[in-house]
Amino acid sequence: MNIGDWLFKNLTRLFAVLVLAIVALMAWEMIRGSGASIGEFGWGFLTSSEWDPVQDLYGALPFIYGTVVSSLIALAIALPLSLGSAIFLSEIAPRWIEGPVAFMVELLAAIPSIVYGLWGMFVLVPWLRASVEPVISKNLGFIPLFRGAPYGFGMLAAGIILAIMILPIITSISRDVLRAIPGTQREAALALGATKWESTRIILASGKSGFLGATLLGLGRAVGETMAVTMVIGNRPEISLSLFDPGYSMASVIANEFAEATTEMYTSALIEIALVLFVVTLVLNAFARFIVWSVTKTSGGSR
Amino acid sequence: MPKISTKNINAWFGKTRALRGISLDVPEKQVVAIIGPSGCGKSTFLRSLNRMHEVAGGTIEGKVLLDGEDAYALDPVVLRRRVGMVFQKPNPFPTMSVFDNVAAGLRLNGVRDKKRLAEVVEKSLRHAALWDEVKDSLDKSGVSLSGGQQQRLCIARTLAVNPEVILMDEPASALDPIATARIEELIHELKKEFTIVIVTHNMQQAARVSDFTAFLYLGELIEYDATTKLFTTPGNKQTEDYITGRFG
Repeated sequence: MNIGDWLFKNLTRLFAVLVLAIVALMAWEMIRGSGASIGEFGWGFLTSSEWDPVQDLYGALPFIYGTVVSSLIALAIALPLSLGSAIFLSEIAPRWIEGPVAFMVELLAAIPSIVYGLWGMFVLVPWLRASVEPVISKNLGFIPLFRGAPYGFGMLAAGIILAIMILPIITSISRDVLRAIPGTQREAALALGATKWESTRIILASGKSGFLGATLLGLGRAVGETMAVTMVIGNRPEISLSLFDPGYSMASVIANEFAEATTEMYTSALIEIALVLFVVTLVLNAFARFIVWSVTKTSGGSR
Repeated sequence: MPKISTKNINAWFGKTRALRGISLDVPEKQVVAIIGPSGCGKSTFLRSLNRMHEVAGGTIEGKVLLDGEDAYALDPVVLRRRVGMVFQKPNPFPTMSVFDNVAAGLRLNGVRDKKRLAEVVEKSLRHAALWDEVKDSLDKSGVSLSGGQQQRLCIARTLAVNPEVILMDEPASALDPIATARIEELIHELKKEFTIVIVTHNMQQAARVSDFTAFLYLGELIEYDATTKLFTTPGNKQTEDYITGRFG
């Protein structure tokens, strides 16, 4: 074989292998680093809500709970907003509106998360504490989710911040998905006597798997987001049903406490949380891909 | 009374004029072919009959009469249910099965009764000469069929809502010769019950399937006559040049 081709083939292969090697190395380092904590607490680490550095007792459940709940709140808020604006931009808005608005939505993604965090602390949190949470708990307080003192700092604040942060990615990917659906589909529906709404519904069905992909990318970002969440979630390792109560997330506890982790066990426990976060995102993505795969399979895989 | 009658219609895409004062009568249960070189306004004319021209952002002037009544006074949704359309490229809905594709129009009309849906789907597929090929795979995706089958599926989808007129925009141009022949046979069958307007690139096809032929050139109607007459003794020099292959 030609020496150039041989080099080219093996060099690119080396790069591909390197990417996998980096992932494997990260996993290995985290497993090694969390060895002490895994040996001490075993599976109990995942189910215990004890987090007591003074007595060197560690359990990750409050952080897992905080990450999952704040991300779900974010999705619940961001999904309808992003899908709605993507549909408006690609199906309804005239072109001179579509361009500038889409640009501004994507600009949201360029704002550093520390800025979101600051805005959260100084604008969102006081507003939630003074105006929103008291009203909700007064009227919907019979639901455990909305019970309790209005701290401002807490799950709800974290969820709202995350929602704003994942909105651009879900919107712009959903918009790309819609734009990829050929115009002949819309014409087919309209020519069949569909109204605009009916034809849009048919179009949306074609984009299902794409929307799912967009949602999961958003979710992935929400799960891993650190700075902004740390600034508004309240940073208290407790599990509370109420969305108004402070919580903690996996990413925030690592960011907050790693520098001051004094004992070996403390460090090890934090690394184990990182490992859990790593596995959670991996499982989430695998699950996501499975759904995408099964959706595209039933639809014949083409559009 | 003609089924469709256009009175001096003019159409534009932005500032570009696509049609210039076209007046033409389409008799009931006949096939009218529209021929002409690319860019002559054939498709625009067809799409002005069911108001799809506006969907693509075009504007139009003049009158289109359906059974003597102003078609543009109707709700476009109602008009398009009476005047169905088959497109150049087969466009079944990719997320729907064969069955659901055919049933789509009925469901839009609010038909939910399973038995009725099954009846109409079978009837439409038989009508479109596709039933025997797909009766065992109604649950399969519509886009899993071959190109020719997909186009017949689209015809069945159009037939299912029982339109009065069917517009066909070069329905066979993306198909192989055998699939094309099947579509042409189908048109012969369909004209027993429907009025058909077909745009085609292919003059032999126009001669084979149509009763009347209109020749459009640069947005103008040059000649409109019985197909046998237009192809044997055209009244216009431009028509003669076009059908004998001297230009276009």
